[in-house]
Amino acid sequence: MYSAADLKKGLKIEIDGDPYVITDFDFCKPGKGTALYRCKLKNMVTGSTMDRTFRPVDKVGRPDLEEREMYYSYADGDSYIFSDAETYEEIPISAEMLGEKTYFLIENSLCNGLFFNGKLIDITLPTFIEKTITETEPGVRGDTASSNVMKPAKIDNGYEIMVPLFINIGDVVKIDTRTGAYAERVSKG
Amino acid sequence: MNSRKNILSAKIDALTYRAKVLSSVRRYFDHSDFVEVETPVAVLAPAAEEYIECPRAGDFFLRSSPELQMKRLLCAGMEKIYQIGPCFRAGENGRLHRSEFSMLEWYMAGSSYMDLLDFTRGMVRTVAHELNGSGILHFRGQTVDLDADWEIIPVREAFRKFAGESADKLAEEEGLFELVLTDRVEPNLPKDRPCVMIDYPIRFGAFARAKQEDPTLAERWELYIGGVELSNTYGELCDPQIQRQRFHDFAETRKRNNLAEYPEPTAFLEAMDEGMRDSAGSAMGFDRLVMLLAGADTIQDVSFPQDS
Repeated sequence: MYSAADLKKGLKIEIDGDPYVITDFDFCKPGKGTALYRCKLKNMVTGSTMDRTFRPVDKVGRPDLEEREMYYSYADGDSYIFSDAETYEEIPISAEMLGEKTYFLIENSLCNGLFFNGKLIDITLPTFIEKTITETEPGVRGDTASSNVMKPAKIDNGYEIMVPLFINIGDVVKIDTRTGAYAERVSKG
Repeated sequence: MNSRKNILSAKIDALTYRAKVLSSVRRYFDHSDFVEVETPVAVLAPAAEEYIECPRAGDFFLRSSPELQMKRLLCAGMEKIYQIGPCFRAGENGRLHRSEFSMLEWYMAGSSYMDLLDFTRGMVRTVAHELNGSGILHFRGQTVDLDADWEIIPVREAFRKFAGESADKLAEEEGLFELVLTDRVEPNLPKDRPCVMIDYPIRFGAFARAKQEDPTLAERWELYIGGVELSNTYGELCDPQIQRQRFHDFAETRKRNNLAEYPEPTAFLEAMDEGMRDSAGSAMGFDRLVMLLAGADTIQDVSFPQDS
């Protein structure tokens, strides 16, 4: 258990059987009374958020979380199968849990699996992946590489991304998987 | 980019504004015939309160408020006194808290806590007009009109109305009153104008006297502006025996919570034994006042950074 005084931004705690991460934290002490710890919490499984205030006497659960290295293997219906880098055990995670990350899965890429009570609840992808642009309008003549103007483009799986005007079909680009945004051009098509 | 020097450079405007608030506040008190006093920052016995931690400084404590020393001046015969200076509360850091902060504290002998409401209203409005040319504040996305009628809400009514709870009942369990206050009452207080919560259960009036009509309530009010607790006011307790009993009770609570023991403030109690006139006193977080007037989000924005 954590005591309320341990709480801080980024700490992972357990409430009513769910793991939460503290996304915002403030100390307050109303009217000379006891200290209070006001937290904004994000459910690490569902992504839903809530506010919760703790008193100094409150004890807060410590979630059983474990990180393991895993390779992405293949898609199986609505599930995505990852294999444990040490044991090769195949473990599924649902498309719903992965959200937009399903667009950035690359076979045999090394990822980080997050387990809560032994169950896979989240995957952290490699920060950058490379993808080929399959669809975009040609940039207008006279645009330069330094321009900040962006245009829409698509990658092979249909994911839409904003890219600089100088990017063409066939170019390979780097995508930041944390934000889903274009990072840089790797090579020209 | 974020060198300490750059952080300070970016604060020059805020610190300059802060200095203007300071002058304006002093001017108001001086024109109202208050005497500015300076009492020791390092004290042998701090104002022992249940949940306030004073840092140690050698054989002394750094004061959490100048209350006891200023009251000794009242007992000695001064009538209208104020002080602006550093106070310390260990472990308090947040958007509205700093372990070292500036307190504006004042006392008026022969006055009631309601007299101080009139005084506070005049002071806050005048300072705002001097600084900003208007009584309108813009704070955290809200507009507050200091010139509008200030809303006065008894604590019991606020808890009933906004949380459906009995303030007296919540006061019986440690921390529950505060929890409901911050989560369910404070967010619902009017924010388009200043709001005063008045008459707290007696347990929450450490240095306040009981109301004559209802001794289960303390003569205490708190000023909220834009939802931020800005100042605390007591009709001061003048009875040394009751004060001794409260110190004793606080010490028990502190012991139960494994908090540091404070020595008894002998000099203060002796002064009270010799007689203290009916008085009222207020303490205002000066950093918070500057924050509200400047429209800053946190008191950190209007203070010299605390090095870490």
